Amino acid sequence: MIVLQHSWLVILWIFFIGYLVLDGFDLGAGFWHLLTRGEEERRMILNAIGPFWDGNEVWLITGGASLFAAFPPVYATIFSGFYLALIVLLAGFMFRAIAIELRGKEPSPRIRGYWDIAFAVGSIVITLLLGVAWGNILRGLPLDQVGNNTGSFFDLLNPYSLLIGVFGIALLATHGALWIALKTSGDLPAKARRWAGSAWIGTLLLALSAILVTPAAAPHLLTNYMVHPLLWLLPALTALALLLIKVYSAQQRDLAAFLASVCAIGGFIISSVTALYPRMVPADNPQFSLTLSNASSSFLTLKVMLIIVIIGLPFIVGYTVFTHRLFAARVTADQFHY
Amino acid sequence: MDAVMLSRIQFAFTVGFHFLFAPITIGLAWLIVVLMSRYRRSGSALDRAIAHFWVKIFALTFAVGVATGITMEFEFGTNWAAYSRFVGDIFGAPLAAEGITSFFLESSFLAVLLLGWTRLSPRVHYISSWLVALGATLSGLWIIIANSWMQTPAGYTIVGGRAVLTDFLAAAFNPSTLPRYFHTIAAALLMGSMFMLGISAWYLLKKQHEAFARPPFTLSLSLTFVASLLVLFIGHWHAVEVAHFQPTKLAAIEGLFDTQRHAPLLVFGIPDPAQRTVHYAVRIPGGLSWLAHNDADAEVAGLDQTPAADWPPLPLTFFPFHLMVVLGCYFIGFSGLGLLLLRNGVVYRFRPYLWLALLSIPLPAIAIQLGWITAEVGRQPWIVYQLMRTAEAISVSVPAVQILISLLVFISIYSLLFIWWFLAVRREILRGPETDQPLTGPEVAA
Repeated sequence: MIVLQHSWLVILWIFFIGYLVLDGFDLGAGFWHLLTRGEEERRMILNAIGPFWDGNEVWLITGGASLFAAFPPVYATIFSGFYLALIVLLAGFMFRAIAIELRGKEPSPRIRGYWDIAFAVGSIVITLLLGVAWGNILRGLPLDQVGNNTGSFFDLLNPYSLLIGVFGIALLATHGALWIALKTSGDLPAKARRWAGSAWIGTLLLALSAILVTPAAAPHLLTNYMVHPLLWLLPALTALALLLIKVYSAQQRDLAAFLASVCAIGGFIISSVTALYPRMVPADNPQFSLTLSNASSSFLTLKVMLIIVIIGLPFIVGYTVFTHRLFAARVTADQFHY
Repeated sequence: MDAVMLSRIQFAFTVGFHFLFAPITIGLAWLIVVLMSRYRRSGSALDRAIAHFWVKIFALTFAVGVATGITMEFEFGTNWAAYSRFVGDIFGAPLAAEGITSFFLESSFLAVLLLGWTRLSPRVHYISSWLVALGATLSGLWIIIANSWMQTPAGYTIVGGRAVLTDFLAAAFNPSTLPRYFHTIAAALLMGSMFMLGISAWYLLKKQHEAFARPPFTLSLSLTFVASLLVLFIGHWHAVEVAHFQPTKLAAIEGLFDTQRHAPLLVFGIPDPAQRTVHYAVRIPGGLSWLAHNDADAEVAGLDQTPAADWPPLPLTFFPFHLMVVLGCYFIGFSGLGLLLLRNGVVYRFRPYLWLALLSIPLPAIAIQLGWITAEVGRQPWIVYQLMRTAEAISVSVPAVQILISLLVFISIYSLLFIWWFLAVRREILRGPETDQPLTGPEVAA
């Protein structure tokens, strides 16, 4: 049972990290979309994410459903506890999808400009909400014994969670800029490397501030690191990955820089999941915390689902590699021919 | 209005909207497989233009289905947290399995199908149409498994106030899964075909791109006929299952208040729950006993077997079902007539029929919604049949006003989505086939 629960913790985060590094690049590209002036560059950015962004969201859907299957109480607590935030998140996803589709077909530059704003704002709102939600989970929620969040909507907008939200924006802005540098042509890659450079500094500063305020805002996150000092290797490796982004980007090794960013995002998540362990959602009253052992599904459900994942995951990785290889070339400003 | 009612309205609205687009994509996906195999065999510019056009229409519809599908997956947690805690051990698994086995398959290969016209070998491109169709159809299976477990739960035990899985196959293939799955897939094929049929009829009415419109017209007309018969026969199988496993729902559907032998089949009537009778009833004696138990003298359980407090809302169960049956009969007659007119190609120029086909596009959508309403309202007051009541299932931490806000958000953004979809499909239809060669098929000479 313990093995199954841990397997599911790992699978869950494979899906969520997969989501963040994949949808992360098109969300991040969405922020920069607004900073470009010419139609040609905007077209190029959209072409760079065109074949992928819709499929990238599937990682979140599957991650959410896996959370429901493997840890139903966690799913119920988080989704009902963050009600309005999640509704805004859903609206953001749909609005952003409409904006991407419509701006490509819109002949009037003025109206196309509005859709561009909608695309960028949608991308920022989605990222901010995901970051704030994660900040709140890290910080802990006022849960009752059933697992209901007794706090209000405005309690979710606390400084610590907002800091994590803004950090998420900087992190994905770096990631998105690196993707643009990797996938586009002409003058845009050089410009995107500069964007990545400035967002990188923001990421670094915000990461440091988050770490500095954690002992005051969420001291429970440090317990595991104090008891097992070897765990500090995880944040150290994350810092190394962050550093490599800068090094590779300066050398114009765009693929290496992007992969370093993938590792950095994964590193941040793994480090914070390690800080929570074995809790999944800490409660203000520690008795009511949802943990790996008290919030999982039954042995049989976890076992059956593990079999399905073991069969399915290689296929999923295969499809992802296949589509990325198919559209591996750098894009130009030409309209994709559907 | 209280939180329970608001959550129910929101769920019904979002699932109903989603259930317009998801079935069209399942039906269209298989029609596209046929169109792609025609293109693969002939390699002609005409067949390519036809397949290309329908893949684009499919992609637009698919995008709305995906966007609204995410909402469904979120809502079990956001609005029905108590339900999610109670059934999560069983209900979450098919949703996760759907993501793992279907969504990645569908979305990856839809991108390949859309963008692979020039950069892929024709064989890989053709296979991707199969993979999209398989993904869409498999996705429906997982969803029907999840929903059927709410109708006829099996393979579980209750431990500490939670349903816990004891037998995966028994839970997945519970008594109602297969009849409901095949009934739904047949309905999806019907819906996809009549969608293709109506749009093709529009071109024929306009006398535009006729060579381009005739092959999909003929193809979808044939599938409409086959699917409408399948819907009926599988629907009967489903009704027999309901008679055995959800007798209260059957009694509500048929307005049968008293348990009786030789139970009649109601052709028309207006049920009156207060007086426990059906006004203006037109009955076929013994018909219900015969249909439900294959024996005109068999006893059929009436609503009197269930306390009135546990009856589903009768009008919302009775009328949707009967309207659905009327529409089902119409589809058989309509497509049968079309097949008769197909001889010597009369139908391609028979304007009244082409108009009928165009105006009938919304009818399968209405029928499929009515069927869904019958299934879901007929299960009330239970969210999981005889295990958990709908009123006990909601998220207690969410205040009603927040649900009202979210309901308004969904109504506005879904309206936008619908307008976007409608205009985008309309633009593709007006643009017609995309090709640099003149499209003259062999049929033009006929």
